Amino acid sequence: MSRRTTLIAVLAVSLLVLCGAWLTVALTIHRNSTQAADTSPNTAIGGAFTLVDTRGKTVTDQAYRGKWMLIYFGYTFCPDACPTALNNISAALEKLGSEADKIEPLFITVDPKRDTPQVMTDYLKSFDSRIVGLTGSKTQTDAAAHAYRVYVSAQKSDGDDYLVDHSAYIYVMNPQGKFVSVIPGDMAGDKMADQLRATMAHAGT
Amino acid sequence: MTYRLLLVLALSMCVGIAGQAPAQTPAASTIAIEQPWARATPAGAKTGAAYLTIINRGSAADRLVSASTPMASKVQFHVETNDNGIMRMRALPSVEIHPGVTVTFKPGGMHIMLVGVKQQLKEGQTFPLVLEFEKAGEIDLQIPVAKAGAMGVMKGM
Ligand SMILES: [Cu+2]
Repeated sequence: MSRRTTLIAVLAVSLLVLCGAWLTVALTIHRNSTQAADTSPNTAIGGAFTLVDTRGKTVTDQAYRGKWMLIYFGYTFCPDACPTALNNISAALEKLGSEADKIEPLFITVDPKRDTPQVMTDYLKSFDSRIVGLTGSKTQTDAAAHAYRVYVSAQKSDGDDYLVDHSAYIYVMNPQGKFVSVIPGDMAGDKMADQLRATMAHAGT
Repeated sequence: MTYRLLLVLALSMCVGIAGQAPAQTPAASTIAIEQPWARATPAGAKTGAAYLTIINRGSAADRLVSASTPMASKVQFHVETNDNGIMRMRALPSVEIHPGVTVTFKPGGMHIMLVGVKQQLKEGQTFPLVLEFEKAGEIDLQIPVAKAGAMGVMKGM
C-alpha cells in the first residue's frame, strides 16, 4: 500500500467517524426538541404566544400576567385523554374554591384546522366555564406548542377524522409567566387541587 | 436428544389438540359483558368513547371483530398509549379475548371509539350498541351515559 493510499484511507475513516458523531449529536438534539416536555429546570418551558380566543379575539400570554396559568394542549376530536384532563381541571377548580380566582385555566388546541372558535366554545360548555379555549392559525398554535415543548403529530387519514398524537401534560406557570411544574392530565381533580394549593402557597401568593 | 425432541413434539401436539377441541362447542354463552358505560359528548363533538369489561368464561379464545350503534357513523376499537407523556390513540382491527381472561376498556387504556357522532350523547340517557364477536356472535347492549370526562359510571364523577 502506497503512502498516498494509506493517507486517503485514514482520511476516509476519520471522515466517517466525524459524520457518525455529527449525526448522533444532530439526531439527539432533534429528538430532544420534538419529544414530550423535558421537565429539567434548565430547559425553558413556555414563553410568548399569540392565539385567538373563543370570541375570535387575538390574545397573547401577556393577557394572563398576574395569574397562575394552567395550560393544557389537546383537541376536541379526542374522546379519551382530553375530556379526562378537562374534567380533572374542572374538578380541581371547584375544589379550590375562591383560590381558583388566582388561576387562569387555558385549553390550547393542537388541531386548529378543526377546532375553530365556535367548535371550542361548544365543546367547553361541558366543562368548567372558567376554562378558556384558545386556537389560531396553524402557525400560531404550532408556535405555542413549540414554546411549551409539546409534541404534536397529526396522523394520516383519508377523511377529516385524523388523530393527533400530543403531550398530555398540564403546565403550571407562575404569575410572572415562568414555568413551575407539570401535572399529568389524568391526575384526579382532588389531588390536582391539593398540588396547586401547595404550589401557590409555596410561592407566597 | 432425539427422544427429548420427540417428547417435546408429542407434548406440543397434545397442547394443540387440547387447545382446539373446545372451539367446536358453541361459545355464545361464554362471553359476558359487564359495566358498560359511555361519556357524554360535548356539544358538536365528532367523537365519543364507550367503555366496558369483556369476560371470556369459555375455554376457547374469541375475538371482538366489530361494533355498531345508531348514534355514530363508525365504531372502532382504540388503544391509547402514554409514552413519556405523549398520548397516542391507535385503532385495533379486532380485539382477541383469551379464555379465562377479562379485558377492560377504560379511560387511558382501550376505548370503543364512536366516530362521526350523529346525536350528542347526554348524561343520564342510554343508547344501543351492538358488539360482534367471531364466535359468540352479536351481543346487544344498552349503554348508560355518564358526564363528559367521567372516569366511570358508578362513582357519579
Ligand atoms: Cu379514540
